Amino acid sequence: MNKKLLIICRKPPYGNSLAREAIDIALAAGAFEQDVSLLFCGDGLWQLMAEQDSQELALKNHGKALAALPLYGIDDIYVQADALAERQLSQNELLLPVKALSPAEITALIDSADTVLNF
Amino acid sequence: MAAVDKEGFLVDLHDWNEGVASELAAAEGITLSEEHWQVIQLLRQFYQEFQLSPAMRPLVKYVGLHLGADKGKSMYLLKLFPGSPAKLASKIAGLPKPDNCL
Repeated sequence: MNKKLLIICRKPPYGNSLAREAIDIALAAGAFEQDVSLLFCGDGLWQLMAEQDSQELALKNHGKALAALPLYGIDDIYVQADALAERQLSQNELLLPVKALSPAEITALIDSADTVLNF
Repeated sequence: MAAVDKEGFLVDLHDWNEGVASELAAAEGITLSEEHWQVIQLLRQFYQEFQLSPAMRPLVKYVGLHLGADKGKSMYLLKLFPGSPAKLASKIAGLPKPDNCL
C-alpha cells in the first residue's frame, strides 16, 4: 500500500516561494502515483482563490498550477473551516472543490498521514 | 532553424510555429502526421491552461479527456512519440522541459 503524504499549505500564493515549492512537490508525487492530499490553512487559503492574475509580478499563475491537481490524480483537497470563515470566503469562490474541516477533523487527517510536509 | 538548448528544447518559446515544430520533429526522426498535430495542439492548450509541461500521467488523462478514451493511453502516445512521450511531445510543441517527467 502507498504511504499517505499530506502537504500543508499555510502561506499566501505570492511573496515567497513556499506555495510554489509545495505545489511542485504535490505534482511530482502525483506524477509518480503517490497518495497525496493537501490541506490549506490560514493565509494558505488565498492560494485557492479563483481568477488570480500574477502578470504584474512576473510570476507564474499559482491558481493555474493548482487547477492541474485533479489531472495528477490529486482530488483530496482540504481547507481549514475556521480560516475560511475568518476571511469571509465561501467555497464557491475557490478554484477547486474542497472539503472544509473542523479542528478535530484536521487533527485526525494529520494523524492518518505517514508523512506530513509543512509549507 | 530556431535556437535550441543542448537537449533540443527551444531557447525562446516565442520562436515556435508549425514550421519550427516540423523541424524539431525531424531532428528527432519524426514526420508529423495528423495524429501528431492533435497531440501537439493539445499540449499547447495544456500549457495555456496550467502553465506547466505535463508529466506522463496527466498527459494521458488530458488526451483522454479531449481526444477520447481510445487515444488517452500511454501506448498510443508511445507509438507517436517513442521513448518518453511527454518529454518528446513537449519539445516539439515548444513547451519548456517538464520538471518531473516519467
